Amino acid sequence: MSSIANKQVLDFILYEKEEWPNSALMKFKTTESLPEILPGQFVQVKVEDSPQTYLRRPLSVNYIDRENSCLWLLVQKVGPGTRKLAALALNSKVNMILPLGNFFSLPEPKKESGLQNIVLIGGGIGTAPLLLLGKSLHELGYLPHFLLGGRSAADILQVEQFRVYGKVFITTQDGTLGEQGLVTEHSILKEMQPDRIYCCGPKPMMQAVASLAKKRNCWCEVSLENLMACGFGACLCCVEKTDKGHVCTCTEGPVFNINQLLW
Amino acid sequence: MVDLSVQLKALRLKNPVMTASGTFGYGEEYLDFMDLSRIGGIIVKGTTIRSREGNDYPRMAETASGMLNAVGLQNKGVDYFVKNIYPRICDFDTNVLVNVSGSTVEDYVQAAEIIQELDKIPGIELNVSCPNVKAGGMAFGVSAKALCQVVKEVRAVYKKHLMLKLSPNVTDITELAKTAEDQGADSLSLINTLLGMSIDAEKQRPKLSTITGGLSGPCVKPVALRMVWQTYKAVKIPVVGMGGISNTADAIEFMLAGASAIQVGTANFIDPAVSVTIAEGIEDYCQRHGLKSAQELTGALKID
Repeated sequence: MSSIANKQVLDFILYEKEEWPNSALMKFKTTESLPEILPGQFVQVKVEDSPQTYLRRPLSVNYIDRENSCLWLLVQKVGPGTRKLAALALNSKVNMILPLGNFFSLPEPKKESGLQNIVLIGGGIGTAPLLLLGKSLHELGYLPHFLLGGRSAADILQVEQFRVYGKVFITTQDGTLGEQGLVTEHSILKEMQPDRIYCCGPKPMMQAVASLAKKRNCWCEVSLENLMACGFGACLCCVEKTDKGHVCTCTEGPVFNINQLLW
Repeated sequence: MVDLSVQLKALRLKNPVMTASGTFGYGEEYLDFMDLSRIGGIIVKGTTIRSREGNDYPRMAETASGMLNAVGLQNKGVDYFVKNIYPRICDFDTNVLVNVSGSTVEDYVQAAEIIQELDKIPGIELNVSCPNVKAGGMAFGVSAKALCQVVKEVRAVYKKHLMLKLSPNVTDITELAKTAEDQGADSLSLINTLLGMSIDAEKQRPKLSTITGGLSGPCVKPVALRMVWQTYKAVKIPVVGMGGISNTADAIEFMLAGASAIQVGTANFIDPAVSVTIAEGIEDYCQRHGLKSAQELTGALKID
């Protein structure tokens, strides 16, 4: 089991960007050595020159290339802060605190675990941490199923990158891509019994997935995105009610087994 | 060589920079980012006689240049602090003060008595100004009569440094400041958060579970600065200034207005090592202005 690296404040340079109407994939490099970052962990990004944005923005790590000290973030344009970030010009300097939070529990390598069906379910921008998780699972010998959901085709991002590590299934609410409906309604979930589900997305979607997992007696972890100020356990703002009372999503989470949550 | 140390009555700080309660956890949360021995002191999370779950989520709403919080003094209670947290933090090479809150005068007195037994805790900050709890909290800090009673009774049992954290949610802060001084407080820290509110226009709902919450960050600084100035002129005991301090210039402004020391609060969330940066900045400022001691800054505002 990997342990969590010390938290650092690091400057990055934006070296590549892919932009869509509602989101952007931003690739950053640092001249420092990148600390170990595990799937599910997040960073706190400082937003400069946005008076309405006082706090940092917590964003899931989408992908890591440690050899080249590169880190990818997927940014959804929600408010002034994320819009400002997504609009940054190439070569802009961006300050981040990382790595933050816990991480998804990885299984033993496939030849030892015997697990067959691992399903990664992402809704909207919640697909962000699933790419790094998929890569890690692939390295452990798995061919995960990625089930990506959105309102319409424009919300489904990085399909080609996901295909590198597993099989991709899609649902959209308007039917513009993949099966029409919600992720929990996708035919793949009817055709097979998942051994493990990992999920990240809007809370109602994660609650629906959790309920499905419970009904089918399936192991399931979800990644929460509660509003937070600091990201490292000082402000006590991002709490979630669990079997241990209020705990900070930023330190005890963002990843929780659904059995810990009072959903 | 500038002497950065400041004296709050008998309590000596190696420099004027402290970190504000509720923004710095128990100090441990910041060990990856900074060396705690580089600052004058830390004030740990509000502690109550019994464990508190705090308010429901959501507890935070960002505002222009600041944030509202409604944490509601979530903590595991003073006994848990003594048994589990104190042993981990008692060797920090800085002054560790405990922020104490309660719902009744007896709560404050009991917690103060328990904390008095801890050798490495040189003082407490009495929190009579938390706007986020239903019973007690700010109720003690907005009425001179209630404040008088709580300070008097805690003072009667607590012999170490007694700092009193004042609420800005009053008509005349000097009245409460003088009351606290008369009842034997050793120093005053101000300001706690300003009572505020935030609404989601689309959902037509409050952004906080408690509807109202405490405003902090750079947006409160001018109000805080004014109150520090008024309080400094009204009392003889040392004043510890806070409210939106994010950089060296902010800290210097509070000292010029009369603060003997300052606390960095919400800015710790954005720049976790900013308190060290400010301590270094104060030294640099003193050198540039030919000051031998940081204490010369207190109340040095030129108004002629």
